[in-house]
Amino acid sequence: MAKTSLEPRGSIAVRRRFQLPIVDSFLWLVRIAAIVLIVVGAFNSLTSGRLSGQQWRDLVVFGIAQGSVYALIALGYTMVYGILRFINFAHGEVFMIGAMTGFYVSDGLSRTWLWEAQPFISLLIVLICCMTVSALIAVLLERVAYRPLRGLPRLLPFITAIGASFFLQYTVATLFGTSVKAYPSVDALTGVVTFLGFRILKVQVLVIVAALLMLAGLYLYVEKTKAGRAIRAVAEDPEIAQLMGLSVDRTIVRVFAIGGALAGAAGFLFGLVFQNVHFLSGFLPGIKAFTAAVLGGIGNIPGAVLGGLLLGSVESLGPSLVLVGLGIPSAHQLKDVVAFLALVLVLIFRPTGILGERVSEERA
Amino acid sequence: MAEPTVAVEVPVAAEGELLAARQVDLWRAVRLGLVGGLTAAFVSANGMVAAFSERAVLGGQTLGSLLLVAVPVLVGYLAGRPPPVLQGFATPRPGWRNVAGGLVAGLLSGVVMAVFVTLIATFDVRRILINVTPGLVREAPRLLTFGLELGAGGLVLILALNAALGAVAGTLHLLPARWRRAVFAAALWVLGFAMLQPVIVQVLRGIQAELRIWTAPLADFLYEPTGALSVPGAVAVAALAFGIHALLTREGRRPVRARLEPLPERSRRLLRLVVLAGILFVLGLLPQILGPFLSEVLNIAGIFLLMALGLNIVVGLAGLLDLGYVAFFAVGAYTTALLTSPQSSLGVGWIFWAAVPFVVLAAAVSGLAVGTPVLRMRGDYLAIVTLGFGEIARLLFLSDWLKPTFGGAQGIIQVRDITIGPIEIGGPQAFFYVIFCFVLLAAYVTYALQDSRVGRAWMAMREDEAVADAMGVNIVTAKLSAFIAGAMLAGFGGALFASKIGSVFPHSFSVIVSITILVVIIVGGMASVPGVVLASFVLVGLPELLREFAEYRFLIYGALLIFMMQRRPEGFIPSRRRAEELHEEEISQDAGLRTQATMQQQAGPAEDGRNETS
Amino acid sequence: MALFEIRGLTRDFGGVRAIDGLDLDVDDGEIISVIGPNGAGKTTLFNLVTGMIPAGQGDIRFEGRSIVGLRPSQILELGIARTFQNVRLFPEMSVRENVMVARHCRTRSGMLKAIFRAPSFRREEQETRQRAEQALAFFGSRLIGWRFDTPARSLSYANRRRLELARAMASEPKLLLLDEPTAGMNPRETQELTELIQRLRDETGVTIVLIEHDMRVVKGVSERVVVLDYGQKIAEGAYADVASNDRVIEAYLGKTATTA
Repeated sequence: MAKTSLEPRGSIAVRRRFQLPIVDSFLWLVRIAAIVLIVVGAFNSLTSGRLSGQQWRDLVVFGIAQGSVYALIALGYTMVYGILRFINFAHGEVFMIGAMTGFYVSDGLSRTWLWEAQPFISLLIVLICCMTVSALIAVLLERVAYRPLRGLPRLLPFITAIGASFFLQYTVATLFGTSVKAYPSVDALTGVVTFLGFRILKVQVLVIVAALLMLAGLYLYVEKTKAGRAIRAVAEDPEIAQLMGLSVDRTIVRVFAIGGALAGAAGFLFGLVFQNVHFLSGFLPGIKAFTAAVLGGIGNIPGAVLGGLLLGSVESLGPSLVLVGLGIPSAHQLKDVVAFLALVLVLIFRPTGILGERVSEERA
Repeated sequence: MAEPTVAVEVPVAAEGELLAARQVDLWRAVRLGLVGGLTAAFVSANGMVAAFSERAVLGGQTLGSLLLVAVPVLVGYLAGRPPPVLQGFATPRPGWRNVAGGLVAGLLSGVVMAVFVTLIATFDVRRILINVTPGLVREAPRLLTFGLELGAGGLVLILALNAALGAVAGTLHLLPARWRRAVFAAALWVLGFAMLQPVIVQVLRGIQAELRIWTAPLADFLYEPTGALSVPGAVAVAALAFGIHALLTREGRRPVRARLEPLPERSRRLLRLVVLAGILFVLGLLPQILGPFLSEVLNIAGIFLLMALGLNIVVGLAGLLDLGYVAFFAVGAYTTALLTSPQSSLGVGWIFWAAVPFVVLAAAVSGLAVGTPVLRMRGDYLAIVTLGFGEIARLLFLSDWLKPTFGGAQGIIQVRDITIGPIEIGGPQAFFYVIFCFVLLAAYVTYALQDSRVGRAWMAMREDEAVADAMGVNIVTAKLSAFIAGAMLAGFGGALFASKIGSVFPHSFSVIVSITILVVIIVGGMASVPGVVLASFVLVGLPELLREFAEYRFLIYGALLIFMMQRRPEGFIPSRRRAEELHEEEISQDAGLRTQATMQQQAGPAEDGRNETS
Repeated sequence: MALFEIRGLTRDFGGVRAIDGLDLDVDDGEIISVIGPNGAGKTTLFNLVTGMIPAGQGDIRFEGRSIVGLRPSQILELGIARTFQNVRLFPEMSVRENVMVARHCRTRSGMLKAIFRAPSFRREEQETRQRAEQALAFFGSRLIGWRFDTPARSLSYANRRRLELARAMASEPKLLLLDEPTAGMNPRETQELTELIQRLRDETGVTIVLIEHDMRVVKGVSERVVVLDYGQKIAEGAYADVASNDRVIEAYLGKTATTA
């Protein structure tokens, strides 16, 4: 479909049609309104003293934990977009399948002796299962749904991804039921840890640490290994990479597998923190993670991490910080609205993200 | 261009489908068989087979067994298909290899099913796969083994049946193309009659009741009391379809359009008017014939159709992928509810028609609000942002914050029925006419805009925004007007929806509605009105009609979307041009060759007689 | 006063000077060729003139008025039309519709008139249709008749180029900018197009500037040839003079110039 080119004609443009200035001023109005509302709301909240310092710190910790999950999912979006320039709408479902796998495996393990005796080994086993299953689903998606459409105008694979997303959702629903699955409790993870004055739930510690480890692993992989270099090369310029002898197909499969594995891990961590998963659990986190990826700069791996943490914090703090200050009742109900607003505002005002885009060359 | 008989042995080419070395690719047959088996296992595990088995379709057979049988037939047919040949090479002569390919595929799918059946019989997986009920294998009616007990009997049956069906499907390739297509036509008609039994029975009985034509006994002949197609009925339908199809595809028979070409303009217009009058007459009687339940089904499909026509303008004509379309639907519904319900926060209780101008206004404003920020966005980001807007709208309508206005989760109730003068449009049959008028209006508007300067501006913008801009198309106006036009039609849909149901609740306005409409227009063919009409009746009407489809509809939508994008991105009933461009370049070139030849005789020596090459 | 004047046109892209102090006059009814090695700035020149990229320094005057800073659609309205080096048609619209879009800047009907089929709308549509068909008929039997309704995508390459030309013509331009109109065509098609360009000017009086690499076309159709290299004009004159110019030959050194 159409390539957008509604670029302003530069400072020399003299005789413009009148619409563009009206559109621009409307957008400026929105910008100013948003900033004003945020500042006023935050000021009111902070000065009213409704929440104690401890409560604020709790929210921050929660935001970071949530943000870590988003970051892991966002990496999948950003890597695929960097290489193939399309939004893998079904990635949220890959995450959900990881979460569901986590449920079944941990449910099964919790009935054995291993669960009580060696909780961390059990969790590790579950983690590996989740990552494997999600990676497989992601690779399957690429092979079956996306590869035949490679090179076509990018809305076609996008629509396919929408179809795949719904297909996966309802496959899980019809195979495993629509009821909510509750993760078994892990004794080792109940309780709180205090660190620098912040009160952190043990579960949250696990989430943050696990996410950090995986990010470190990813960093090493992408920067130091041959396969990682191949990924970077293909992301920059697939044609040249192919001429250099790199297998573009295999690299793309690897990217999907890695993104899928990370999403699977995120699903497992999500299950641990929120404890309830069901077939629609992937939709909202998926969209939020995509927001995070764009926020940080799509195609940009550190950007995805930054975006994830930022978005998690905004979602956690936003209602209490801004909405309550603006006098909006039942602000916490609106936390998803905050997330969607973030999505909309980022895409409208800063689609290149904070750290800038990094996508492959688009052939004219 | 098939040459005579000799099948040329071509050395095996590089990877890909060009394995013309054999008539049939063995590995392909194996792969298809495995995929088929997995599909059959999947539809068994997710409960589709069990659900479908509630409906008897043919003699004693149910839709469930039909589903199981369809798998080996399908894979067998695909596996038995001769591979594509390069131009210049001979088309292989059909022979036993096609049957063998079908057999292999069928057998393999049978093997997979046999393994699956054994597994679920041995292990109790019901805790995990909740729809693997005992009735599948362990207990009666033993759907997967067609009643036989597992052990030698059941497994052998599965293997033998699958292999046999695969082989039979393979033999279809031995038929000349025309007869093969006639067989498909016959099968399709039988399937259609079987599945649409409630409609057909109702129509036949309704015609008898309303028009005093002796059609009801036909219903008794065609169908058994269980609702299944009777065997003689099926045979009759198959024979009729086969015959008609064979008749219509005779050699040298010119298509209807060509026959109408030579008629003078006045006669053609008269003919068009007569056909239109006929259609209107039929549609006028339809609600009476169909009765309240089926009219209701049509109404629901009709409202979706209205919205699909709106989204068709935004996506199909203007190329703007709006995933938050449901927001306009919600705006129309809430505006109507607020203005017509005495219980709403406004409590003015106006009549429907007084609310309509405000629906238009509200929709236009929403269209503007959504369209303005996305003017400069690229296609996929535009889709996601509009999705965001749609969700924000739903969440706000649902919120406690705005509950005083919109009613929160409780919504707004007691929305007034539509009144035309003193008449209150209460029942579904009367409502049908109202919806029909709106749909007609929407269809007219679509055609009118498509074939106008505005439509061309939209399409040009869709194809190449920069060049359209250079040609003088005001991109800002074009995008905003597309959003507004689409929003208005969705707004009408929402208004009708609110009046019909009598209440509005926020949970009716989730993203799944937007996606459903998107599926409808993609399956129906973007920018093709007849296609969209058919798709909305099939995709929305059928699940309302046949309850077993309702549970699996989103699964089917997802699969359809994936499938459509792979195979025919232009939809099942494409607007003629799209089909041509994506598949039939050869046909236009062939036609070109013929016209060239004719032209050559007429034109002078300046014309060159070369063939057009692509 | 010439129909079209360029004075001191300069444009930089990053660190590269794409056009360097270019002066050019084009008189009414002329056919001029702009030639030069790849990267000489020819297409950039077209893009600047038609407003598709913002101008740098210098002035461009058409019929006496400056067109610097105008939007492409405004420049089209004034009477300058162009074709593109890589054919940019609307692939899914029909042949006729592709050409009808070119009349967009000369027509006015909006949505309401379209819906209500007002008489003024009908008249305008009829006229647009006729002019489009006329423009297409210029190419003989190739793009007319049953071809009107075929999608542009199903056309052969040569026909697509012709369609693009028809589209440019349909906007009734006074100045036509053709960017490598015969690229990718075989000798016979090239010859045909060369004759057609001549006919275009003779029958409609339109002024034509074309970018070309095929010297047969340049020789066959141009009254004047302008040579660019690194954004500068290095020679100007009749084909014979330019072809034997030392600087020109040197600019092309290393590239095989197609000789007549």
